[in-house]
Amino acid sequence: MSLTRLPSIYFSDEHEAFRKSVRSFVEREIRPNADAWEAAGEVPRALYRTAGEAGFLGLRYGEQWGGSGQDFLATCVLCEELAQGDSVGTAVALLAQSEFALSALADEANDELKRAWLAPAIRGELIGAIGVSEPAAGSDVASIATRARRDGGDYVISGQKTYITNGPRADFVTLAVRTGEPGPRGISLVVFPTDVKGFQVGRRLDKLGARASDTGELFFDDCRVPASNLIGEEGRGMQYILSHFGGERLVIAAFAVGIMQRLIDIGLDYAHERSAFGSKLLEFQTWRHRFADMATRLEATRGLTYQAARLLSDAHPGADLAVSMAKLDAAASVQAVAAEVMQLHGGFGQIEGSPIPRYYRDVAGFSIGAGTSEIMREIISRALVKTKELR
Amino acid sequence: MKVMVCLKQVPHQDAKLDINSDGTWIQEDNIKFEINSYDTYALEEALRIKDADADTEVVVVSIGPDRVTQALRTALGMGADRAVHVNDAEAFGSDALCVAKVLAAVAKAESPDLIFTGLMTDDGNSSAVPPMLAELIDVPSATGVLHTEAANGSLKVERELEGGAIEVVELPKPCLASIQTGANQVRYASLKGIMQAKKKPIDVKTAADLGVSDVASKATIDKVYSPPKNATADILSGSTDEIVSGLMGKIKELGVL
Ligand SMILES: Cc1cc2nc3c(=O)[nH]c(=O)nc-3n(C[C@H](O)[C@H](O)[C@H](O)COP(=O)(O)OP(=O)(O)OC[C@H]3O[C@@H](n4cnc5c(N)ncnc54)[C@H](O)[C@@H]3O)c2cc1C
Repeated sequence: MSLTRLPSIYFSDEHEAFRKSVRSFVEREIRPNADAWEAAGEVPRALYRTAGEAGFLGLRYGEQWGGSGQDFLATCVLCEELAQGDSVGTAVALLAQSEFALSALADEANDELKRAWLAPAIRGELIGAIGVSEPAAGSDVASIATRARRDGGDYVISGQKTYITNGPRADFVTLAVRTGEPGPRGISLVVFPTDVKGFQVGRRLDKLGARASDTGELFFDDCRVPASNLIGEEGRGMQYILSHFGGERLVIAAFAVGIMQRLIDIGLDYAHERSAFGSKLLEFQTWRHRFADMATRLEATRGLTYQAARLLSDAHPGADLAVSMAKLDAAASVQAVAAEVMQLHGGFGQIEGSPIPRYYRDVAGFSIGAGTSEIMREIISRALVKTKELR
Repeated sequence: MKVMVCLKQVPHQDAKLDINSDGTWIQEDNIKFEINSYDTYALEEALRIKDADADTEVVVVSIGPDRVTQALRTALGMGADRAVHVNDAEAFGSDALCVAKVLAAVAKAESPDLIFTGLMTDDGNSSAVPPMLAELIDVPSATGVLHTEAANGSLKVERELEGGAIEVVELPKPCLASIQTGANQVRYASLKGIMQAKKKPIDVKTAADLGVSDVASKATIDKVYSPPKNATADILSGSTDEIVSGLMGKIKELGVL
């Protein structure tokens, strides 16, 4: 156990054994390839298969679909460890599949759709994406414009999505479309197979960070999809999206926990080895205290994240509030720690080729993706106002 | 079919090792342990037999202190059926022959069709236990195995020889093979497997329970030390190109090629 980690009251021996298993996956599959995948802008398709065979892509889903039937604490373990592979993009690519693309499908879709899409995605045979954001609708999900018109037994889909993780290679997209009136009640989710005529992948977006994850624009021009691809009920898409944001936000928070751990570990090694003015950096009180602050910040984020995971697993009414707080705090904390550890590394921290500048870039988007920090504050403050009114 | 897999828990490859206060072994507190890398390939080789024939029973055996439970749980999580843990202060860390004697006692009790071990351990590096074990229970053995194929009455193996040549040997069962790293792609323990492993038994025994005595090491370690830093070492620095050309210069200068 690294000394910067407090013992946790949340995890069982089995979680710890699973942590080791993911850690060896990171050591064998990810870290040795991180540079190559970052440069390529994507991870190999085979990685999904390997992760699927290891059971990493279906932790929370039913065993009849190949999942493990576990809760969000297992997701935390997976995310924390994967994020320590020195390529956050790789972790993002895998979780965009297992959590973002699959959670609504697992909870709301009928068995036929689960058999056709969920099960093979859990095995890593198919790559999935979640398609919500559009050029003119990001935070404001309720204003999406991609239209699905009913025509006989089909939906005919036209419109555009952007910033879609796994989008350029996805075999299917869990797609938010407008099937009805303007506003939140006119939105539905459908499984969109990407081999449909009229579908096109636009630009692959060249991002600041998370570069091993491919992100792209998707275009839909009168694409015909069977109406039976509807996930759950028509018009309830917004509700499904909002309830599944919880898992996405938890994933980001858990990534942040893992990254802070990794950065503190790397930083401690460096501070132990690097000397200036005849002393190791770790002998300067400034740096010792800054490490104390970072370790404390990490533990605070860890506590909030694990509590959110527990509440989400219990479908507790306070889960949304907890996970919004966890994500808000985690994004700010990991960005602060990344900046601090970069400062510790001096000039070396500015040079590409070590994990330090990469992590710094990778965490910049943590206050954007899966709901911005401003939106987290909106959710939190709304909950506060509501409880005040109730008093 | 029954396959017995011997595995040892060793310090993690990334562990920072310090020597203990009396200078006879490493300091074991506060370091991470893992399954000896060679043994993970042995386990995978056994699990592949089980994948192909569900009637196969894979039994993992380890000698060591309480911490070894973790390694055995991981092996069970990967798919082994049950474990035997020899928790015996004298047998743990003993010399190769005593370790082989203890494993031989387990093998006699289990009477497996196949025994797979790693070719060597990451910490001890002796490679001596597997052939000794085979001799003690009087079964044929092959070392440095890269590929196995279990047939009805025999095990066909490919052994790695010096210079990359491959030797193909067929051993009548029961027999033992010590497996080389890289023999296969070792699977990861899934969370589902780990959860199922909770119910799988770990049989804890002492050497006396197995009917073996006199297992304390006959070899004593006088001293363990880090090689002294040699003042004549040249450390090349600069860009990769500069280091490479510096190294080429040194090679020429020393006339070693
Ligand atoms: C790397 C990456 C991967 C992504 N992957 C996916 C994906 O797989 N699928 C998908 O659907 N989307 C994805 N997204 C999109 C992501 O969800 C959106 O970028 C995010 O929700 C913000 O939307 P926006 O970019 O349109 O910003 P906007 O909504 O335009 O926000 C701009 C700014 O205004 C602020 N703002 C907006 N509304 C308010 C308000 N009410 N009060 C105060 N401030 C406000 C925001 O906080 C932000 O600072 C990804 C984004 C990135 C960067």
